[in-house]
Amino acid sequence: MCVSPRRPRLPRMAVVMLRAPLKDRADGQGQVDLPGDSLGEVLRELERRYPRLEGWVLDEHGTIRRHVNVFVDGERGTEDTSISADARIHVLPSISGGSRS
Amino acid sequence: MTELLVGSKKGLFVLRGEPGGPFDIAARAFPGDVVEYGTRAPRNGRYFASVTSGFYGPRLMYTDDPTGEWEQAKGPVFPEDIDDKTIDRIWIVQPGEADGVLYAGVAPAALFTSTDSGETWELNRALWNVPTRPEWNPGAGGLALHSICPWPGDPQRLAVGISAAGVWLSEDGGQTWRTGYKGLVPQYVPDEERETTHALCVHNMHRAPQRPERLFLQFHGSVYRSDDTGETWNDIAEGLPSGFGFPMVVDPSDPDNAYVIPLTADVDRVTPDGKVRVFETRDAGGSWIARGDGLPSGDAYLTILRQAFGHDGGSPLGLYFGATSGEVFGSADAGASWFSVHEHLAPVTSVRVSG
Repeated sequence: MCVSPRRPRLPRMAVVMLRAPLKDRADGQGQVDLPGDSLGEVLRELERRYPRLEGWVLDEHGTIRRHVNVFVDGERGTEDTSISADARIHVLPSISGGSRS
Repeated sequence: MTELLVGSKKGLFVLRGEPGGPFDIAARAFPGDVVEYGTRAPRNGRYFASVTSGFYGPRLMYTDDPTGEWEQAKGPVFPEDIDDKTIDRIWIVQPGEADGVLYAGVAPAALFTSTDSGETWELNRALWNVPTRPEWNPGAGGLALHSICPWPGDPQRLAVGISAAGVWLSEDGGQTWRTGYKGLVPQYVPDEERETTHALCVHNMHRAPQRPERLFLQFHGSVYRSDDTGETWNDIAEGLPSGFGFPMVVDPSDPDNAYVIPLTADVDRVTPDGKVRVFETRDAGGSWIARGDGLPSGDAYLTILRQAFGHDGGSPLGLYFGATSGEVFGSADAGASWFSVHEHLAPVTSVRVSG
């Protein structure tokens, strides 16, 4: 029996869209291509690539902050949301945020 | 020239001016975010600001030039093994007694230490792990460690105040902690519970540097003094219009001299009788003198928050406080007379003299 060699699996790439102030902390990049099979992986890669974003979207336990909404192809995502190839991810402040201020 | 760091609900204002007249805004940093606390470390001149975004959470920022760019510190954040807690708010940053050492008090109540001038931070696990912690309850502002009192010249001795979990003392650099509860009377719990409760709502605490075994404490409903390093407390509120309040200053050069700004009551957190007055004691709480010359004296119902009262360490002592009305007041003569530093700012959360 002939078995074809397994090709190494490449991580999926997503496009992450950022607005101010997150964009400012990502060296002014409003659109970033990042690898990851889950939304949590993509967002951790975002922090790794732009350390000035550390703690802004994810808290110290890797959970998306309560008043930040992350949309994957138009649907509200969680850390476990699967990422399809070429997914478009928007990171936005929640309209429920900022109530203390 | 005097420089003030005024934290507000809408950013940090750096005010500069000559005592006696209005100050100018030299810079406004972190617009739109709450700046809980701003201070400057005297040893190296570094500025710190604790900033809380309603969206992106709290963070500690530092700079050598408050009119320029700020860097984000690595922490304070809870370590991974404390898996159900995140930092809500950074209440205070307090320089320690050893070079490069700073402390941060946060909500939920925890103490963090930096040994590299504030760039990285580590949780004090001994205080985090005290056995009574599961019985601690938050005050109205959250479960907050907001007061940190180093002992001048001795980095091993530390006192911290927690709302609402009392006074905690360490004499080994924070490796072990014991309570300093004795004498504090929580009038808001039933008589039979008062001896055993941990619900001791400390609002503010400061040490008298010239007599470091002495501490002054603003409590939820009274004012106290300890002359034995915080082990026991004596009520010194007689003579004040109210025992309730938050702000407190202790004169760094006179251990008998302290200042509070009372508020009417916990259910009415404004200046009593529509008058804005600072109350001074010159005899360690034996008596109090109202200091209101130049302050609003009628129909003035201001709220002055916990960290919104600071001093310049000078002689005579310069005093500065801000209100949630956005007004900032100052005195260049230890409270004898007052002037308007600025008005129409955002609600003031903290005031510290930085230069």
